[in-house]
Amino acid sequence: MPQMLSYLRETASQTAGPFVHIGLAPGAAGFEIYRRELGRDIAGPNAMGERIRVEGTVIDGMGAPIKDALLEVWQANAAGHYAHPQGGGPVEAGFRGWGRVITDFETGEWEFDTVKPGATRGRDGAAQAPHIVLWIVARGINIGLTTRIYFDDEAEANAADPILNLIEWENRRATLLAKQSLRDGAPVYRFDIRLQGENETVFFDI
Amino acid sequence: MTSAGDLYPRDWALQPPALTQGYKTSVSRAPRYALISLQNTVSELTGPVFGPEDVAAGDNDLLTNFAQPGESPIGERIILHGRVLDENARPVPNTLVEIWQANAGGRYRHKKDTYLAPVDPNFGGCGRTLTDENGAYHFRTLKPGAYPWRNHLSNWRPGHIHFSVFGTSFAQRLVTQCYFEGDPLIPLCPIVQTVPDQAAIEDLTAKLDLKATLPLDSIAYKFDIVLRGRRSTPFETRPEGN
Repeated sequence: MPQMLSYLRETASQTAGPFVHIGLAPGAAGFEIYRRELGRDIAGPNAMGERIRVEGTVIDGMGAPIKDALLEVWQANAAGHYAHPQGGGPVEAGFRGWGRVITDFETGEWEFDTVKPGATRGRDGAAQAPHIVLWIVARGINIGLTTRIYFDDEAEANAADPILNLIEWENRRATLLAKQSLRDGAPVYRFDIRLQGENETVFFDI
Repeated sequence: MTSAGDLYPRDWALQPPALTQGYKTSVSRAPRYALISLQNTVSELTGPVFGPEDVAAGDNDLLTNFAQPGESPIGERIILHGRVLDENARPVPNTLVEIWQANAGGRYRHKKDTYLAPVDPNFGGCGRTLTDENGAYHFRTLKPGAYPWRNHLSNWRPGHIHFSVFGTSFAQRLVTQCYFEGDPLIPLCPIVQTVPDQAAIEDLTAKLDLKATLPLDSIAYKFDIVLRGRRSTPFETRPEGN
Protein backbone atom coordinates (compact mmCIF):
# COMPACT_ATOMS: atom_id res chain seq x y z
CA MET A 1 0.00 0.00 0.00
CA PRO A 2 2.44 2.68 -1.15
CA GLN A 3 -0.09 5.47 -0.73
CA MET A 4 -0.86 4.75 2.89
CA LEU A 5 -1.01 8.01 4.84
CA SER A 6 1.18 7.96 7.88
CA TYR A 7 0.03 10.96 9.92
CA LEU A 8 -0.20 10.40 13.63
CA ARG A 9 -3.45 11.09 15.51
CA GLU A 10 -3.46 14.24 17.60
CA THR A 11 -3.73 13.29 21.26
CA ALA A 12 -7.26 13.84 22.55
CA SER A 13 -7.90 16.59 25.09
CA GLN A 14 -9.27 15.83 28.54
CA THR A 15 -10.62 18.28 31.09
CA ALA A 16 -8.04 19.96 33.33
CA GLY A 17 -10.34 19.09 36.26
CA PRO A 18 -10.93 21.01 39.48
CA PHE A 19 -7.37 20.61 40.76
CA VAL A 20 -5.51 22.11 37.80
CA HIS A 21 -3.76 24.44 40.24
CA ILE A 22 -1.60 21.60 41.61
CA GLY A 23 0.15 21.28 38.29
CA LEU A 24 0.06 24.79 36.87
CA ALA A 25 -0.21 27.08 39.92
CA PRO A 26 0.67 24.99 43.01
CA GLY A 27 0.78 28.02 45.31
CA ALA A 28 -2.95 28.43 44.74
CA ALA A 29 -3.52 24.75 45.58
CA GLY A 30 -1.96 25.51 48.97
CA PHE A 31 1.70 24.51 48.81
CA GLU A 32 5.08 25.76 47.63
CA ILE A 33 7.22 23.36 45.65
CA TYR A 34 8.99 25.11 42.77
CA ARG A 35 11.78 27.63 42.90
CA ARG A 36 9.62 29.82 40.68
CA GLU A 37 6.09 29.36 39.37
CA LEU A 38 5.69 30.07 35.68
CA GLY A 39 3.42 32.69 34.16
CA ARG A 40 3.24 35.13 37.07
CA ASP A 41 4.77 38.10 35.21
CA ILE A 42 3.45 38.66 31.70
CA ALA A 43 5.27 41.78 30.53
CA GLY A 44 8.36 41.99 32.75
CA PRO A 45 9.95 45.16 34.12
CA ASN A 46 11.38 46.55 30.86
CA ALA A 47 8.33 46.46 28.62
CA MET A 48 7.50 49.71 26.84
CA GLY A 49 3.95 50.92 26.41
CA GLU A 50 0.89 51.53 28.50
CA ARG A 51 0.52 49.52 31.72
CA ILE A 52 -3.00 48.14 32.01
CA ARG A 53 -5.05 45.82 34.17
CA VAL A 54 -7.53 43.38 32.67
CA GLU A 55 -10.15 41.71 34.86
CA GLY A 56 -13.36 39.74 34.62
CA THR A 57 -15.19 36.52 35.38
CA VAL A 58 -16.05 33.31 33.55
CA ILE A 59 -19.83 32.83 33.79
CA ASP A 60 -21.53 29.46 33.28
CA GLY A 61 -24.92 28.68 31.76
CA MET A 62 -26.66 29.16 35.10
CA GLY A 63 -25.29 32.69 35.36
CA ALA A 64 -22.82 31.76 38.09
CA PRO A 65 -19.11 32.66 38.05
CA ILE A 66 -16.79 29.68 37.69
CA LYS A 67 -14.40 29.45 40.63
CA ASP A 68 -12.03 26.75 39.47
CA ALA A 69 -10.89 27.96 36.03
CA LEU A 70 -7.37 28.64 34.82
CA LEU A 71 -6.72 31.09 32.01
CA GLU A 72 -3.60 31.57 29.94
CA VAL A 73 -2.74 34.82 28.23
CA TRP A 74 -0.71 35.17 25.02
CA GLN A 75 0.02 38.61 23.63
CA ALA A 76 2.41 40.80 21.65
CA ASN A 77 4.34 43.69 23.15
CA ALA A 78 3.48 47.33 22.49
CA ALA A 79 5.34 47.17 19.17
CA GLY A 80 3.20 44.22 18.05
CA HIS A 81 5.95 41.61 18.40
CA TYR A 82 5.52 38.22 20.05
CA ALA A 83 8.34 36.73 22.15
CA HIS A 84 8.95 33.94 19.64
CA PRO A 85 11.45 33.33 16.80
CA GLN A 86 8.67 34.04 14.24
CA GLY A 87 7.07 36.73 16.39
CA GLY A 88 7.56 39.66 14.03
CA GLY A 89 10.50 41.40 15.70
CA PRO A 90 12.45 41.90 18.91
CA VAL A 91 10.90 42.22 22.37
CA GLU A 92 12.22 43.82 25.55
CA ALA A 93 14.42 41.74 27.87
CA GLY A 94 12.10 39.89 30.25
CA PHE A 95 9.01 40.25 28.07
CA ARG A 96 7.41 36.84 27.59
CA GLY A 97 3.87 37.90 26.75
CA TRP A 98 2.49 34.77 28.37
CA GLY A 99 0.88 34.36 31.73
CA ARG A 100 -1.37 32.26 33.91
CA VAL A 101 -4.38 33.59 35.75
CA ILE A 102 -6.75 31.76 38.07
CA THR A 103 -10.26 32.62 39.11
CA ASP A 104 -10.69 33.42 42.80
CA PHE A 105 -11.97 30.44 44.83
CA GLU A 106 -14.57 32.62 46.59
CA THR A 107 -15.68 35.18 44.00
CA GLY A 108 -14.66 33.82 40.60
CA GLU A 109 -12.96 37.11 39.74
CA TRP A 110 -9.70 37.02 37.77
CA GLU A 111 -7.29 39.81 36.89
CA PHE A 112 -3.86 40.37 35.42
CA ASP A 113 -1.46 43.26 34.87
CA THR A 114 0.38 43.72 31.60
CA VAL A 115 1.13 46.23 28.87
CA LYS A 116 -1.37 46.99 26.15
CA PRO A 117 -0.31 45.07 23.02
CA GLY A 118 0.24 46.84 19.73
CA ALA A 119 -1.29 45.99 16.37
CA THR A 120 0.14 42.81 14.83
CA ARG A 121 0.49 41.75 11.23
CA GLY A 122 -2.29 39.53 9.99
CA ARG A 123 -2.44 37.23 6.99
CA ASP A 124 -1.75 38.96 3.69
CA GLY A 125 -0.19 41.90 5.52
CA ALA A 126 -3.46 43.33 6.87
CA ALA A 127 -3.05 44.68 10.39
CA GLN A 128 -4.79 42.98 13.30
CA ALA A 129 -6.19 45.30 15.95
CA PRO A 130 -4.48 45.07 19.37
CA HIS A 131 -5.68 41.90 21.10
CA ILE A 132 -4.77 39.28 23.67
CA VAL A 133 -5.32 35.58 23.03
CA LEU A 134 -7.00 33.85 25.97
CA TRP A 135 -7.18 30.10 26.58
CA ILE A 136 -9.53 28.77 29.27
CA VAL A 137 -9.54 25.38 30.98
CA ALA A 138 -11.59 24.13 33.92
CA ARG A 139 -13.55 21.22 35.27
CA GLY A 140 -16.39 20.58 32.82
CA ILE A 141 -14.49 22.06 29.86
CA ASN A 142 -13.46 19.08 27.73
CA ILE A 143 -11.12 20.97 25.43
CA GLY A 144 -9.56 24.37 26.14
CA LEU A 145 -11.61 27.31 24.91
CA THR A 146 -9.81 29.99 22.92
CA THR A 147 -11.03 33.56 22.58
CA ARG A 148 -9.55 37.02 22.01
CA ILE A 149 -9.67 40.15 24.12
CA TYR A 150 -9.96 43.33 22.04
CA PHE A 151 -10.10 46.85 23.51
CA ASP A 152 -13.17 49.07 23.24
CA ASP A 153 -11.08 52.24 22.94
CA GLU A 154 -9.62 50.96 19.63
CA ALA A 155 -12.77 51.49 17.59
CA GLU A 156 -11.05 52.32 14.33
CA ALA A 157 -8.61 49.39 14.46
CA ASN A 158 -11.35 47.03 15.60
CA ALA A 159 -13.59 48.04 12.67
CA ALA A 160 -10.82 46.99 10.28
CA ASP A 161 -9.75 43.83 12.13
CA PRO A 162 -9.93 40.77 9.84
CA ILE A 163 -10.85 38.37 12.64
CA LEU A 164 -13.64 40.49 14.14
CA ASN A 165 -14.99 40.97 10.63
CA LEU A 166 -15.01 37.23 10.13
CA ILE A 167 -17.76 36.92 12.72
CA GLU A 168 -20.89 36.92 10.62
CA TRP A 169 -23.17 38.09 13.44
CA GLU A 170 -22.12 41.67 14.07
CA ASN A 171 -23.85 41.76 17.45
CA ARG A 172 -21.58 38.94 18.67
CA ARG A 173 -18.39 40.90 17.96
CA ALA A 174 -19.07 43.02 21.03
CA THR A 175 -18.54 39.95 23.24
CA LEU A 176 -14.80 40.28 22.46
CA LEU A 177 -14.47 43.92 23.51
CA ALA A 178 -13.00 44.66 26.92
CA LYS A 179 -14.50 47.82 28.40
CA GLN A 180 -12.13 50.49 29.62
CA SER A 181 -12.57 52.50 32.78
CA LEU A 182 -10.16 54.43 34.96
CA ARG A 183 -9.36 53.43 38.53
CA ASP A 184 -7.14 55.84 40.44
CA GLY A 185 -6.20 57.27 37.06
CA ALA A 186 -5.01 53.92 35.65
CA PRO A 187 -6.73 52.03 32.84
CA VAL A 188 -8.69 48.92 33.80
CA TYR A 189 -10.42 46.76 31.19
CA ARG A 190 -13.39 44.57 32.07
CA PHE A 191 -13.85 41.32 30.13
CA ASP A 192 -16.55 38.92 31.32
CA ILE A 193 -16.63 35.60 29.51
CA ARG A 194 -20.05 33.99 29.07
CA LEU A 195 -19.98 30.30 28.22
CA GLN A 196 -23.68 30.16 27.34
CA GLY A 197 -26.84 32.18 27.10
CA GLU A 198 -27.47 35.70 25.98
CA ASN A 199 -24.21 37.29 24.80
CA GLU A 200 -22.32 34.00 24.75
CA THR A 201 -18.67 34.89 24.12
CA VAL A 202 -17.27 34.05 20.69
CA PHE A 203 -14.82 31.15 20.86
CA PHE A 204 -12.49 30.17 18.05
CA ASP A 205 -11.33 26.97 16.39
CA ILE A 206 -7.75 28.05 15.80
CA MET B 1 12.10 24.88 11.94
CA THR B 2 11.81 24.18 8.23
CA SER B 3 8.05 24.04 7.94
CA ALA B 4 6.57 27.48 8.35
CA GLY B 5 3.11 26.68 7.03
CA ASP B 6 -0.20 26.70 8.82
CA LEU B 7 -1.15 24.02 11.30
CA TYR B 8 -3.31 21.21 10.03
CA PRO B 9 -6.91 21.97 10.92
CA ARG B 10 -7.83 20.10 14.06
CA ASP B 11 -9.47 16.69 13.49
CA TRP B 12 -12.59 17.13 15.59
CA ALA B 13 -13.52 13.46 15.13
CA LEU B 14 -10.78 12.68 17.67
CA GLN B 15 -11.57 15.43 20.18
CA PRO B 16 -14.30 15.53 22.82
CA PRO B 17 -17.22 17.82 22.00
CA ALA B 18 -17.91 20.58 24.52
CA LEU B 19 -21.29 19.17 25.54
CA THR B 20 -21.16 15.62 26.92
CA GLN B 21 -24.24 14.67 28.93
CA GLY B 22 -22.49 11.80 30.74
CA TYR B 23 -20.01 14.25 32.26
CA LYS B 24 -22.53 16.42 34.05
CA THR B 25 -20.39 19.47 34.73
CA SER B 26 -19.95 20.04 31.00
CA VAL B 27 -23.67 20.73 30.59
CA SER B 28 -23.56 24.24 32.05
CA ARG B 29 -20.00 24.97 30.85
CA ALA B 30 -20.22 24.03 27.18
CA PRO B 31 -20.62 26.86 24.67
CA ARG B 32 -23.77 26.36 22.63
CA TYR B 33 -22.72 28.16 19.47
CA ALA B 34 -20.29 26.70 16.96
CA LEU B 35 -16.65 27.74 17.19
CA ILE B 36 -15.55 30.30 14.59
CA SER B 37 -12.81 28.71 12.49
CA LEU B 38 -9.75 30.89 11.82
CA GLN B 39 -6.91 30.62 9.40
CA ASN B 40 -3.81 30.87 11.57
CA THR B 41 -2.26 34.27 12.16
CA VAL B 42 0.95 35.13 13.97
CA SER B 43 -1.11 35.15 17.19
CA GLU B 44 -1.82 31.42 16.94
CA LEU B 45 1.35 30.23 15.18
CA THR B 46 3.61 31.64 17.87
CA GLY B 47 3.61 30.59 21.51
CA PRO B 48 5.67 30.93 24.68
CA VAL B 49 9.25 29.65 24.58
CA PHE B 50 10.67 27.97 27.69
CA GLY B 51 14.25 27.18 28.56
CA PRO B 52 16.43 25.49 31.17
CA GLU B 53 16.17 28.56 33.42
CA ASP B 54 12.45 27.85 33.85
CA VAL B 55 12.78 24.39 35.40
CA ALA B 56 15.11 22.85 37.97
CA ALA B 57 16.82 19.50 37.54
CA GLY B 58 14.75 17.69 40.17
CA ASP B 59 11.37 19.07 39.14
CA ASN B 60 10.61 15.85 37.21
CA ASP B 61 11.13 13.54 40.21
CA LEU B 62 7.88 13.46 42.18
CA LEU B 63 9.33 10.87 44.57
CA THR B 64 11.77 13.46 45.89
CA ASN B 65 10.59 16.95 44.91
CA PHE B 66 8.34 17.31 47.96
CA ALA B 67 9.62 14.56 50.27
CA GLN B 68 11.42 15.20 53.55
CA PRO B 69 15.13 14.38 53.30
CA GLY B 70 15.57 10.61 53.51
CA GLU B 71 11.85 9.92 53.18
CA SER B 72 9.71 8.78 50.31
CA PRO B 73 5.99 8.89 49.45
CA ILE B 74 3.96 5.68 49.76
CA GLY B 75 2.96 3.91 46.56
CA GLU B 76 4.04 1.94 43.52
CA ARG B 77 7.19 3.56 42.14
CA ILE B 78 6.99 4.19 38.40
CA ILE B 79 8.91 5.83 35.58
CA LEU B 80 6.56 7.55 33.15
CA HIS B 81 8.27 8.44 29.92
CA GLY B 82 7.57 9.03 26.25
CA ARG B 83 8.00 11.48 23.42
CA VAL B 84 6.20 14.60 22.27
CA LEU B 85 5.69 14.39 18.51
CA ASP B 86 3.60 16.22 15.95
CA GLU B 87 1.17 14.73 13.45
CA ASN B 88 4.05 14.46 10.95
CA ALA B 89 5.86 12.24 13.51
CA ARG B 90 8.51 14.92 14.01
CA PRO B 91 9.84 15.26 17.56
CA VAL B 92 8.96 18.45 19.45
CA PRO B 93 12.14 19.37 21.35
CA ASN B 94 12.56 21.82 24.25
CA THR B 95 8.88 22.02 25.02
CA LEU B 96 7.47 22.31 28.51
CA VAL B 97 5.63 19.27 29.90
CA GLU B 98 3.87 19.63 33.26
CA ILE B 99 2.01 16.92 35.18
CA TRP B 100 -0.16 16.69 38.26
CA GLN B 101 -1.83 13.78 40.02
CA ALA B 102 -3.39 12.31 43.14
CA ASN B 103 -1.33 10.24 45.56
CA ALA B 104 -1.45 6.44 45.85
CA GLY B 105 -4.66 6.67 47.88
CA GLY B 106 -6.42 8.84 45.31
CA ARG B 107 -6.11 12.09 47.29
CA TYR B 108 -4.90 15.38 45.83
CA ARG B 109 -2.79 17.87 47.73
CA HIS B 110 -5.29 20.68 47.11
CA LYS B 111 -7.18 22.76 49.61
CA LYS B 112 -10.45 21.99 47.80
CA ASP B 113 -10.05 18.18 47.83
CA THR B 114 -12.00 16.63 50.71
CA TYR B 115 -11.75 12.92 49.89
CA LEU B 116 -11.41 10.53 52.86
CA ALA B 117 -8.00 9.19 51.85
CA PRO B 118 -5.15 11.04 53.58
CA VAL B 119 -2.63 13.35 51.99
CA ASP B 120 0.87 11.93 51.93
CA PRO B 121 3.29 14.23 53.78
CA ASN B 122 6.03 13.33 51.30
CA PHE B 123 4.07 13.83 48.09
CA GLY B 124 3.26 17.12 46.37
CA GLY B 125 1.86 15.62 43.18
CA CYS B 126 3.27 17.86 40.46
CA GLY B 127 6.29 17.86 38.19
CA ARG B 128 7.64 19.57 35.11
CA THR B 129 10.38 19.09 32.55
CA LEU B 130 11.52 20.12 29.07
CA THR B 131 11.65 17.58 26.25
CA ASP B 132 15.15 16.81 24.97
CA GLU B 133 16.35 17.19 21.37
CA ASN B 134 14.47 14.02 20.41
CA GLY B 135 11.23 15.17 22.01
CA ALA B 136 11.70 12.69 24.88
CA TYR B 137 10.64 13.35 28.48
CA HIS B 138 10.56 11.30 31.65
CA PHE B 139 9.18 11.59 35.13
CA ARG B 140 9.63 9.45 38.22
CA THR B 141 6.53 9.26 40.36
CA LEU B 142 4.09 6.83 41.92
CA LYS B 143 1.03 5.25 40.43
CA PRO B 144 -1.99 7.38 41.36
CA GLY B 145 -4.94 5.72 43.07
CA ALA B 146 -8.54 5.64 41.84
CA TYR B 147 -11.02 7.90 43.63
CA PRO B 148 -14.77 8.48 43.66
CA TRP B 149 -16.28 11.72 42.40
CA ARG B 150 -19.68 13.36 42.32
CA ASN B 151 -21.19 12.67 38.93
CA HIS B 152 -23.21 9.52 39.21
CA LEU B 153 -22.61 8.20 42.71
CA SER B 154 -21.01 5.04 41.31
CA ASN B 155 -18.34 6.90 39.32
CA TRP B 156 -14.68 6.28 40.12
CA ARG B 157 -11.91 7.93 38.18
CA PRO B 158 -9.35 5.44 36.88
CA GLY B 159 -5.84 6.22 38.13
CA HIS B 160 -4.62 9.04 35.91
CA ILE B 161 -1.96 11.70 35.53
CA HIS B 162 -2.85 15.11 34.10
CA PHE B 163 -0.56 16.46 31.36
CA SER B 164 -0.07 19.99 30.06
CA VAL B 165 2.00 20.46 26.89
CA PHE B 166 2.82 23.57 24.83
CA GLY B 167 4.53 22.78 21.50
CA THR B 168 5.79 25.73 19.45
CA SER B 169 2.43 27.36 18.60
CA PHE B 170 -0.26 28.48 21.03
CA ALA B 171 -2.73 26.63 18.79
CA GLN B 172 -1.00 23.36 19.76
CA ARG B 173 -1.73 23.92 23.46
CA LEU B 174 -2.98 20.70 25.03
CA VAL B 175 -4.13 19.43 28.39
CA THR B 176 -5.03 15.80 28.68
CA GLN B 177 -4.92 12.83 31.03
CA CYS B 178 -2.84 9.66 30.89
CA TYR B 179 -4.37 6.36 32.05
CA PHE B 180 -2.69 3.03 32.72
CA GLU B 181 -2.98 -0.12 30.65
CA GLY B 182 -5.26 -2.76 32.15
CA ASP B 183 -7.32 -0.53 34.44
CA PRO B 184 -10.94 -1.82 34.39
CA LEU B 185 -12.24 1.65 35.31
CA ILE B 186 -11.13 3.19 31.99
CA PRO B 187 -14.13 2.12 29.87
CA LEU B 188 -16.53 3.04 32.70
CA CYS B 189 -15.33 6.60 33.17
CA PRO B 190 -17.61 9.39 31.85
CA ILE B 191 -14.60 11.72 31.41
CA VAL B 192 -12.69 9.16 29.36
CA GLN B 193 -15.86 8.55 27.36
CA THR B 194 -16.09 12.22 26.32
CA VAL B 195 -13.53 11.21 23.66
CA PRO B 196 -15.61 10.00 20.70
CA ASP B 197 -12.99 7.74 19.07
CA GLN B 198 -11.90 4.38 20.50
CA ALA B 199 -8.41 4.56 19.01
CA ALA B 200 -7.96 8.02 20.50
CA ILE B 201 -8.92 6.60 23.91
CA GLU B 202 -6.32 3.85 23.44
CA ASP B 203 -3.78 6.60 22.73
CA LEU B 204 -4.50 8.05 26.20
CA THR B 205 -3.50 4.78 27.86
CA ALA B 206 0.16 4.43 28.90
CA LYS B 207 1.62 1.04 28.08
CA LEU B 208 3.63 -1.10 30.44
CA ASP B 209 7.25 -0.81 29.26
CA LEU B 210 9.31 -3.51 30.96
CA LYS B 211 12.45 -2.60 29.03
CA ALA B 212 12.46 0.87 30.58
CA THR B 213 12.06 -0.51 34.08
CA LEU B 214 14.70 0.45 36.60
CA PRO B 215 15.56 -3.05 37.94
CA LEU B 216 14.60 -3.64 41.58
CA ASP B 217 13.45 0.00 41.83
CA SER B 218 10.68 1.30 39.54
CA ILE B 219 8.33 -0.18 36.95
CA ALA B 220 7.91 1.84 33.72
CA TYR B 221 5.07 3.04 31.51
CA LYS B 222 5.32 4.78 28.14
CA PHE B 223 3.04 7.62 27.06
CA ASP B 224 3.61 9.43 23.77
CA ILE B 225 1.86 12.72 23.05
CA VAL B 226 0.99 13.99 19.58
CA LEU B 227 0.47 17.70 18.92
CA ARG B 228 -0.93 19.23 15.76
CA GLY B 229 1.43 19.23 12.76
CA ARG B 230 2.19 22.00 10.29
CA ARG B 231 1.91 22.09 6.55
CA SER B 232 5.07 22.09 4.54
CA THR B 233 4.15 22.71 0.96
CA PRO B 234 5.71 24.31 -2.10
CA PHE B 235 2.40 26.03 -2.88
CA GLU B 236 1.31 29.03 -0.87
CA THR B 237 -2.28 30.19 -0.87
CA ARG B 238 -2.13 33.67 -2.28
CA PRO B 239 -4.97 36.14 -1.91
CA GLU B 240 -5.16 36.52 -5.69
CA GLY B 241 -5.17 32.74 -6.12
CA ASN B 242 -2.45 30.42 -7.37
